[in-house]
Amino acid sequence: MKLKTIAALALLAGTALVASPATAKDWTTVTIGLEGAYEPWNLTKPDGTLDGFEPELAKDLCARAKLECKLIAQDWDGMMTGLNAGKFDVIMDALSITPERQKEIAFSKPYARTPAGLAVSKTGALAGLAASTPTLKLDANGEGEGLKDAIEVLRTALKGKTIGIQTATVYTAFVQKHFGDIATIREYKTTAEHDLDLTAGRIDAAFDDDTYFSAAFAKPDNADLALGGPQFGGLVWGEGEALGLRKGDPELKAKFDEAITAALADGTVKKLSEKWFKVNVAP
Amino acid sequence: MESTFFVDLLWKLLQALPLTLLLFILAIALGLVLAIGLTWMRVGSNPILTRIARFYIYVFRGTPLLIQLFLIYYGLGQFAFVRQSFLWPILREPFNCAVLSLALCTAAYQAEIFRGALLAVPLQQVEAARAIGMSRLLMFRRIIVPIMIRQALPSYTTELVLMIKSTSLAGLVTIKEMTSIASTESRSSYRTLSVFLVVGAIYLILNFLLSRILGYVEHRLSPHLRVMPEAKRPQPTLVG
Amino acid sequence: MTTDLASLIELLGFSDKGWGLQFAYATLMTLAVTVAALLIGAVLGALVAWAKLSKSTAANIAGDAYVTVFRGVPELLIIYLFYFGGSTVVTGIGSLIGLDIGMPGFLAGALGVGFICGAYQSEVYRGAFLAVSRGEIEASKAIGMHQFMRFRRIIAPQVLRFALPGLGNVWQLSLKDSALVSVTGLSEIMRQSEVSGGSTGRFFLFYIFGGVLYLILTSFSNQVFNRAEAHFGKSLRRSVGSA
Repeated sequence: MKLKTIAALALLAGTALVASPATAKDWTTVTIGLEGAYEPWNLTKPDGTLDGFEPELAKDLCARAKLECKLIAQDWDGMMTGLNAGKFDVIMDALSITPERQKEIAFSKPYARTPAGLAVSKTGALAGLAASTPTLKLDANGEGEGLKDAIEVLRTALKGKTIGIQTATVYTAFVQKHFGDIATIREYKTTAEHDLDLTAGRIDAAFDDDTYFSAAFAKPDNADLALGGPQFGGLVWGEGEALGLRKGDPELKAKFDEAITAALADGTVKKLSEKWFKVNVAP
Repeated sequence: MESTFFVDLLWKLLQALPLTLLLFILAIALGLVLAIGLTWMRVGSNPILTRIARFYIYVFRGTPLLIQLFLIYYGLGQFAFVRQSFLWPILREPFNCAVLSLALCTAAYQAEIFRGALLAVPLQQVEAARAIGMSRLLMFRRIIVPIMIRQALPSYTTELVLMIKSTSLAGLVTIKEMTSIASTESRSSYRTLSVFLVVGAIYLILNFLLSRILGYVEHRLSPHLRVMPEAKRPQPTLVG
Repeated sequence: MTTDLASLIELLGFSDKGWGLQFAYATLMTLAVTVAALLIGAVLGALVAWAKLSKSTAANIAGDAYVTVFRGVPELLIIYLFYFGGSTVVTGIGSLIGLDIGMPGFLAGALGVGFICGAYQSEVYRGAFLAVSRGEIEASKAIGMHQFMRFRRIIAPQVLRFALPGLGNVWQLSLKDSALVSVTGLSEIMRQSEVSGGSTGRFFLFYIFGGVLYLILTSFSNQVFNRAEAHFGKSLRRSVGSA
């Protein structure tokens, strides 16, 4: 009996330790969640520390907002759950503002807006699909000049092919809508996995953020990959990438909005963006 | 919790059910063939083969199935020489990789089950068979295998149930089987508990049917070994 | 892709570019989750075994249902349930009390594997209890030992001894199930292999490395349990077929 009671008490104590009292609205320390696996936005170095465009921007924003920030790594598909469950206070993981997500969480001002498109293998079935520039600018409804022709080109090329995407991204709906009926769509847990399968020829194309791809292509294993077809930018992916916050934290949002505005104004975002993406992704 | 949601969900899940069953059947069948070979190596007189078999069983029973699956799908897919080999048409498809991985894993467990069943064959029967001059093949067919099958059935049933559960891992390598559909549905509808209850129920029904069928087979194979029903024997209880 | 030994050692080691330290932490995490699950399972298993052994039919049915569900439903599904489902439930409860409770991967994983582990442990405890000689129990009743003393002096020590082999199996099972906790994002061995593999492109190397780590853990556990069995079973004359 004693053993069982002790065990039960230990279990209760453990659960209690997990619960942390809600921090007062006076923010001094903030925990930021990101994947640490989405180069060059954020990545994990071998020694375990996080690096990339976002960790560096976070340092800058937190200094401006006079907050002490802690960064932790979290799987992509647990991001919003983790935020709402209190595991961290901010999501900073190339999170695009979308109406669906706005039902669950709040967003700060966007600090980046990047286009997305397909990547193909230069030795694969879609090798002939040349990347076309400039990037198409689409509006929030996914409409824009040149969209119809671009989609037609892609649909002809992608008929009967396989496209890989990361689960639950903002690109899922777009890909499903335009190509779901003519191509097979496979969902991957991490982006590195669809890159591998693309190089391996298991999928014919992968759809993801352009900046992610340009960093990924730099890796030796992905030497055979390149962008293919038109790239899609503008408001179609939302107003841009921003910090994800809980709906009940308007003070925190205000602090970060202020910091982001300042960082955009004095060119810090542009500088970091050019360092990591080689282009300026400021909105 | 409207009924349309559930009907929709059930329909999606039932569409994935044949995939789960196919994965299961192919993996078990392939695993069985491998296990027979493995057992033969294990109990044979060749020390090298025994060593190899023991090592195989040790590795596949000592590591998680998930890592084995990822090793075969992503690990092998990484190498250019694999991609250019004759195996690629097979390894290219996630379904085949899943079947292969499940089969390799179950082969190790099945081999251990067979070995245990083999050890349970009474030596006297084997001696008697030899004494009356039965050929090895005949002895194997008439004496050893029937006893082995009967002995192995309980553990084999457990292994089959484990296999049905293991098919859920295939969803982690992009295969659209029931568990991965359930997790997508629960995320998009935010009705986690209800979705998982439905999927869980389907798996429970599958396992129930499986145990029933195998229980019946066991029953038919052992009329002479039946024990007195449990209810008639006094059981020690904790209270009083 | 070069596969020379030096670069391999560098990748797995503890240098600047080496992932060795990360894997060391991951191994500790795997052990921590498994131990937590085993403890949760011990409590649940004991409760369920008691329920199945009791005279009350309601308790029997409840115990049976628990064992059937947690042994019959895929482990991955159960972990998803505790992780995704748990988050909403716990946050809901938390908001009622006014607390910011999280459902971290560790807790979801430990609970998930723990509930499964409990189902298997209940069968082990039940079998071990039935193996305790009835004569001893009757004798203790005859000399007037009351229930708690009987449990403490006669039943519990013997149950633990008989349960040891079964518990060894359950530990191995839980150790391997802990790899599934990687879907919650917890940094245990499986997830670390995924991250390192994804970051360097060398999936094969890191999955093999992860596998080796698991093998080391299972072999070591095997040895520990064998030694424990030998030590505690000294007074028992076991028949042929042990070890």
